[in-house]
Amino acid sequence: MKDTPGKPAPVTGATLDERIKNARAGLDAQVREIVRWHFSPETGTPFWLEKAKEFSFDPLKDVNGWDDVKKFPVFEDEWLRGGPVRKWVPKAYADRGVYVFETGGTTGLPKSRIVIDDFKIDYEMMSDTLPDQYFPKGSNWLMLGPSGPRRLRLAIEHLAQYRGGICFAIDLDPRYVVRCIKERKIAEANAYKEHCIAQAVTVLAGGHDIKCMFTTPKLLAALDEALRAGKLEDKYRELGKKVPPGGLRSIKAAGITGIFSGGTEFTPQFTREAYEEMLDDGEVYMTPTYGNTLMGLACSKPIGPADGFKISYYAPQPRAVIEVVNPKDYNEVVPYGGTGRVLLTTLTKEFFVPRFPERDEGEREPPFEKYPWDGVSGVRPFAELAGGTVVGVY
Amino acid sequence: MIHIPALRFGKVYTSLEKATLVHHVTGEPVAEVSQVTGSMIARDLGQMAQAHKLLAAIPVRDILAMYKKAADYFLNAALPCGDAELTFADYVKNLSATTGSPRVFCDRNARKVHYVLANIEEVIGGLTRGLPLDALDNGYTTAGGRMQAFYPTTDVFGAVLPSNSPGVHSLWVPTIAFKIPLLLKPGREEPWTPFRVLQAFLKAGVPPQVLGFLPTDHAGAADILRLCGRSMAFGDDKTMAPYKNDHRVEIHGTGYSKFILGEDQADHWEKHLDVLVEGVAANGGRACVNASAVWTPRNGAAIAEGLAKKLAGVKARPSDDPACEISAFANPAVAEGINALIDEGLKTPGAVDVTEKIRGTPRLVKDGRCAWLLPTIIRVDSPDHPLANKEFLFPYAAVVEWPQDDVLKRIGYTLAATVLSDDPGFIADALACANIERLNIGPLPTNRLTWDQPHEGNLFTHLYKQRALQHARPAGAGV
Repeated sequence: MKDTPGKPAPVTGATLDERIKNARAGLDAQVREIVRWHFSPETGTPFWLEKAKEFSFDPLKDVNGWDDVKKFPVFEDEWLRGGPVRKWVPKAYADRGVYVFETGGTTGLPKSRIVIDDFKIDYEMMSDTLPDQYFPKGSNWLMLGPSGPRRLRLAIEHLAQYRGGICFAIDLDPRYVVRCIKERKIAEANAYKEHCIAQAVTVLAGGHDIKCMFTTPKLLAALDEALRAGKLEDKYRELGKKVPPGGLRSIKAAGITGIFSGGTEFTPQFTREAYEEMLDDGEVYMTPTYGNTLMGLACSKPIGPADGFKISYYAPQPRAVIEVVNPKDYNEVVPYGGTGRVLLTTLTKEFFVPRFPERDEGEREPPFEKYPWDGVSGVRPFAELAGGTVVGVY
Repeated sequence: MIHIPALRFGKVYTSLEKATLVHHVTGEPVAEVSQVTGSMIARDLGQMAQAHKLLAAIPVRDILAMYKKAADYFLNAALPCGDAELTFADYVKNLSATTGSPRVFCDRNARKVHYVLANIEEVIGGLTRGLPLDALDNGYTTAGGRMQAFYPTTDVFGAVLPSNSPGVHSLWVPTIAFKIPLLLKPGREEPWTPFRVLQAFLKAGVPPQVLGFLPTDHAGAADILRLCGRSMAFGDDKTMAPYKNDHRVEIHGTGYSKFILGEDQADHWEKHLDVLVEGVAANGGRACVNASAVWTPRNGAAIAEGLAKKLAGVKARPSDDPACEISAFANPAVAEGINALIDEGLKTPGAVDVTEKIRGTPRLVKDGRCAWLLPTIIRVDSPDHPLANKEFLFPYAAVVEWPQDDVLKRIGYTLAATVLSDDPGFIADALACANIERLNIGPLPTNRLTWDQPHEGNLFTHLYKQRALQHARPAGAGV
């Protein structure tokens, strides 16, 4: 499949310093282009054109690079709750087909984001980071994650298609699970999880040569539990198929070679457990990702025992930027290794989100060759907010 | 700092996620405890059928000999605790440090665990009502001329444990003697006793494949209750509500234990005062068998005052003071919350805190990181008052006046009841009362246990079911 137009050119440079410098120059250029696009009367976004009237600066003249993004007020997620959703569609895209994606809905009225091609570009960029050995081109995928008005469902399907495969999916409504948990209907939530896993087992038993999978940490564990309990073998027998020699009691035995995982909080301990106990000591490859409907997708450094299963994420710069900031002063980036709140900026022609404080905190990570810009590790719910919402339910 | 690993049925596991336990007074870290996830628990439980077979193959006499050795090791040996070795005194000191329970209580309660280990034959005799031991090896016995056959209801017994008192651990200790593999989820602040008992078992020769020590969070605890064929869990009414109708889970929740005075003893309450005080306040009043109410047909005000006078002298003392009578709250917010709840209840007319009046000082005592709640006797004028049927983690009791002829219908669920009466009719009514689980008749405190009887559920009938068995070719008859 051809690339979707808009994919940024790779960062060049012979040394890390040079790459950092070039990446920064690319980011400055992106800021100029995107801010002009959203605030120009010809192409601009109705929401931002209206909002600009409150600013004490002129985004068209006074924003000339990344440092000037600080001039924008902190983005309030309340702005994304409720309609009309058209206010987010740039005038230049008025005649394009528009998707609306929503966040989980764990904190009341969901946040909505319009998308045209961004999810395709994000996942094509992500695809370039996947090792072909474990995610063979042309192989089919299973999307074991949320369905409904979410970006993931379409994005994973596009990822599979981009890599020449076909994607199977299940029905999964995470809002129903949130409701069960809030009402303390734990047995009902577990029954629903079993229902979801049963769908996945049926797909795996269908003879579709599925080698790649998206899933969340909780569903990965649930699938592993079901396979170890012999559920896939039972399904084979039910369908009158012969259980292959060696059985089907692990993710590896079920034919999966690569797992792209994300959607909820990933801890080093879970990653270690998955690597050692579910994925045959890393024989099945897993790559954690950090993302949400607003940002796109941050990829991780390869994980493994060498660095204690630490997970460091890097945003798809220059289309999105992650900063780790002092929660009391968002203008102050914490030192490398320091802990702070995740501050997100999204810079695409479809969507401009300056300085959005995420629900997460973590440690600031330095640039490296592959991603010559700041990253974040140890991502977890922001301590001051933790406990107020139901997160990571699927 | 001591690191306590998880024990995953033969595999010692150091997790990347650890809970840090701090000293309740200084806030200094004392230990860190490796945490496991629900999915790890599920994976480990996949091995239990095999572990069960391994344990079942060991003759029960050999297992009982291991208990004897384990009892000795528990009390007298330096046993591994992660990367350290702890003597019994070290263990008691650490237990007190992280739970806030006085050392004198910790020592006393740990010795109850030792008693069960050392006297396991008496204890399982009590639980099985004297079933000959060969039934545990063969699945049946014909001793006494009758066939009695049993089969295990599970391959593993899971115990989701509390942090409040080591005495509760005596409840799961017999599991291995019943030849059922054991999975323990310790309370957050009390990994010490379960870990030490398991180390004593291991040193005594119990196979590691049948012992699990799996510290985990609430979700992991829920997975244990979901996945184990039989389990026990400790928690308040709200936490345990989802398991109320799950026969696989033996719930140890709020006890609502009570003293009930009959008409014939209500005027002689003074001679029972020491028994009442012991029932309310022994062991810091934290157990579910501590009385949280005294019901009497008359003299409620006098009984409340008598109890209050006896308890008003109790003081908050450091946990290493041998004269300690109450526990500190390692988390002062819990004490503050309970105190506020009682104050809120007192705003409803019809209740008086008699102790506070006599003592002249507030019930909540705070010192640095610690808080204590001093004994509290509330005189209520109706069983419907919000403070009449409450239970808290300190010596607390409400004194309620209610006629004898209606009292057994009004008391509600009562884990342990002491009926102070010599009236045969009232005693017969108490014996027939379905609200009462454990019944003491006469001047016995509610917390008095007899080890040769089942208590707080019966572990044997939880782990085994009786079945009809006919054997056409008895053993030795050949084929």
